[in-house]
Amino acid sequence: MRLSRRGVGGQVTPTVTAQQVLSCRAYRTVRAATPGAAGWDDGRVKPVDDRTDPALIRNFCIIAHIDHGKSTLADRMLEVTGVIEQRNMRAQYLDRMDIERERGITIKAQNVRLPWTSTDDGRDYVLHLIDTPGHVDFTYEVSRSLAACEGALLLVDAAQGIEAQTLANLYLAMENDLTVIPVLNKIDLPAAQPERYAEEIAHLIGCEPGDVHRISAKTGLGVTQLLDTVVREIPAPTGDPDAPARALIFDSVYDSYRGVISYVRVVDGELTTRDRLQMMSTKAVHETLEVGVISPEPVVRKSLGVGEVGYVIPGVKNVREARVGDTITSASHPAETSLGGYRDPRPMVFSGLYPMDGSDYPDLREALDKLQLNDAALVYEPETSVALGFGFRVGFLGLLHLEIVRERLEREFGLTLISTAPNVVYRVVMENGEEVAVTNPSEMPGGKIAAVWEPIVKSMVLAPSEYVGAIMELCQARRGVLLGMDYLSESRVELRYTLPLAEIIFDFFDALKSRTRGYASLDYELAGEQVSDLVRVDILLQGESVDAFSAVVHKDKAYAYGTAMATKLRELIPRQQFEVPIQAAIGARVIARENIRALRKDVLAKCYGGDISRKRKLLEKQKEGKKRMKNIGRVEVPQEAFIAALSTTTD
Amino acid sequence: MAPGVCAEPFGVYVHVPFCATRCGYCDFNTYTAGELGGATGPDAWARAARTEVALAASTVVAGPLQTVFVGGGTPTLLDPALLAGVLGDVRDAFGAATEVTVEANPETVTPALLDALLAMGVTRLSLGMQSAVPHVLAALDRVHTPGRAVEAARLARAHGFGEVSLDLIYGGPGESDEDWRRSVETALGAGPTHVSAYALIVEDGTALGRQVSRGEVAAPDDDVLAGRYELADALLTAAGLPWYEVSNWGSPCRHNLAYWRSHDWWGIGPGAHSHVAGTRWLNVRHPATYAARLADGVSPAQGRELLTAAQREDERVLLGIRLAEGLPAAGLPGLDELVGDGLLERRPDRHGERVVLTPRGRLLADAVVRALLP
Repeated sequence: MRLSRRGVGGQVTPTVTAQQVLSCRAYRTVRAATPGAAGWDDGRVKPVDDRTDPALIRNFCIIAHIDHGKSTLADRMLEVTGVIEQRNMRAQYLDRMDIERERGITIKAQNVRLPWTSTDDGRDYVLHLIDTPGHVDFTYEVSRSLAACEGALLLVDAAQGIEAQTLANLYLAMENDLTVIPVLNKIDLPAAQPERYAEEIAHLIGCEPGDVHRISAKTGLGVTQLLDTVVREIPAPTGDPDAPARALIFDSVYDSYRGVISYVRVVDGELTTRDRLQMMSTKAVHETLEVGVISPEPVVRKSLGVGEVGYVIPGVKNVREARVGDTITSASHPAETSLGGYRDPRPMVFSGLYPMDGSDYPDLREALDKLQLNDAALVYEPETSVALGFGFRVGFLGLLHLEIVRERLEREFGLTLISTAPNVVYRVVMENGEEVAVTNPSEMPGGKIAAVWEPIVKSMVLAPSEYVGAIMELCQARRGVLLGMDYLSESRVELRYTLPLAEIIFDFFDALKSRTRGYASLDYELAGEQVSDLVRVDILLQGESVDAFSAVVHKDKAYAYGTAMATKLRELIPRQQFEVPIQAAIGARVIARENIRALRKDVLAKCYGGDISRKRKLLEKQKEGKKRMKNIGRVEVPQEAFIAALSTTTD
Repeated sequence: MAPGVCAEPFGVYVHVPFCATRCGYCDFNTYTAGELGGATGPDAWARAARTEVALAASTVVAGPLQTVFVGGGTPTLLDPALLAGVLGDVRDAFGAATEVTVEANPETVTPALLDALLAMGVTRLSLGMQSAVPHVLAALDRVHTPGRAVEAARLARAHGFGEVSLDLIYGGPGESDEDWRRSVETALGAGPTHVSAYALIVEDGTALGRQVSRGEVAAPDDDVLAGRYELADALLTAAGLPWYEVSNWGSPCRHNLAYWRSHDWWGIGPGAHSHVAGTRWLNVRHPATYAARLADGVSPAQGRELLTAAQREDERVLLGIRLAEGLPAAGLPGLDELVGDGLLERRPDRHGERVVLTPRGRLLADAVVRALLP
């Protein structure tokens, strides 16, 4: 999957690879804290009790598109607040980054406590900067991060303008009643158009263009003024210090030394190691092994009070026991009501993952078990495919999540995998009223179906106005229903569509990009489900159905899918000694057919004295190759053909 | 090298690494005078070859010498006296063979040459004809004129050669089915006792290989080649030359049969391959290195490979199945499926049962071998 997008002005933003996003907040593993370093694994550090007056606390996050300078701004804030001295900035920081890279983690400013003496009133404030993941798969996690803040910086590249992702998160922030401070970054760039984009932002959030901060995170220009604005405009947290403790978990990570570390925002009361804690969604009680703040090293504290942001170590081994969005309270004086907003992570996209080498199946199971410790959204269960052997049906939050998990399985666990085309969950209502949730298209029941429900999303596309026609055409081809259209400025349009999720997870990003020369950006959120005219298309080789190729598609698209798949397979499957018919069928009805003609010649013409060794070695190699073939009936299909056929098709 | 004992019929191959020009499709170990320069000429080759014959004689306690095959390159480019010297040494060392074949370029065949060959004990002449069609010959870089091969074959027959073979290649650039039919019929008109017909193989590192990879020439299509094979098989069989190996028809070349029956032979000359007592080896390829090694009293062998029992069995199957005599059925896996698919047929035999490739099976022989190997 490629998520590379271009912004206005034609500047190419780098492709976001799954590897880069591996370090995104929801997926990092914190293992950097080595024994002896200051922090949560060192009992020698005396806890400090310096609970902060809530009136002096400001909790905020930065909403930005990838590469619009969020990390650079965070770095600059660490520097100007003196958390990291300027002269140590490079050495200290880059060293840390090496560790992070080696160990696959990101510690960088995901939530950090910054002391700031206001230039306005000379008082010492505490700023908590909370990082937010930047992808549509993690909208829920973003919403929890936003819920931990009173304000947000809307950071926009002055050369590119706002992107759909940012806009979606901005709307989310506004719904959460956050105070939004608009900021244009990179104003030192020659391509910057601050006037134009200040206008656009002002229009969006209802302020004056003059209210938009203009900074360069790179040079530091405007950063101290921005911090003063944070103090001045973002409200201090309010909460009842005497009420039973309530703290929102906005992130949980698994650490192999300490177990799960939860990042929290205290709303009422206090979290202290003197008291055991309780998870309000499950009522489970755990020890409070440690509490502290990140500054930017972990600093152990006796307690965390109203408005404070920090970490709690509850002594559990799996992030499922300390879920994002849950409320932590005191076990001895539990609160009556949670902070609300908790939701179980729900996998929306499923794919079959199979080891290329069948003997790696136990390793795949072990690897998934390990990943699950740190990923509350990952679900899987074993499944068997006639074509691909033993594997797992794995559920993901979305395509990026899928990509990350797959990449980690391959990179960190050395597995080589075949994955089936991703699909959504279908709710099938039978005529007898029975309901089946279908996560594998080949298990879609046949006959006697009353209705098939599929998940839908509300999507938002931002693009230069000249592409409106192309985008509409694409969305209509993908069964989209137009909800509305707004001009952000004279030249940029926001289009809103309802689309089936199944249409988006296929190759929608790529198609959108190619039709808008890379200028469009996309965001979407789940919006329930709809009844659709969906059918299961099976692909048969010599009359044998290949389960891995079965797909659930809209009736109007069944023929196109069947033809495309049959044509593709005809090119991918080598000729056999007999003719191989490839058919696409809905139930017993064949809708497309291709033929692989029988192979007529497979013999080396010359085999004399000097050819014999070479010939024997070639046959030995071919014999090995035969072992990597999967047999569908008598048809030998090379694994490469499966991989190629399962890779996303492009229209 | 440990002395080996050859209980079975023994053969000698002699490689002559010289050609007047190099053909575009050829990847044999052969050199033009220009490529070699003056130092490593035919005289040096003959000296070294005779030294290797002596080395072979001192190494192998051989059974009766059955066959000699002189290949190349173009053996008939040599001064016949040089060839006679080498063949004389072979006879002195291992005894007289009952079949002595020499490959000849049609352009070089003259009555005088034929006399010289007969005098040195040659019994069989193998002529590289390739095609009867001028534009196909030109595409293959063959220098001889189309009628030459047929004339040479007739001349050889008239001169008393009991066995004359013609080599044909099908699937050359620009060849049509009709061109191929003309080639086979023309060859048959010369009255050969044996015909070899090969599908053109595009080898890496040849001029043709480079042309194909550059897209200047289309690689021969397998379906077209299959059709040409079937045409050749029909014409040759009708002319009284039945197939005895996938690419060979007529009165069998016993030397080549020995390869397919996994018998032993010693290859003399640069780049020559040998198979003696379960070991395969290959001589150094360059004539200069070859001559230098032997002059220093060092074996020219390299790349020696001691075959395991499993490898010997693999070879027995992959070579033996190419023959019309087929293989004993006993112990071969998956026969029912191969017979059911029409690739093999069973033939009763006084020792039990044999399996033989069907016409379709011959064209899919490598697939059959993969099914037959454990």
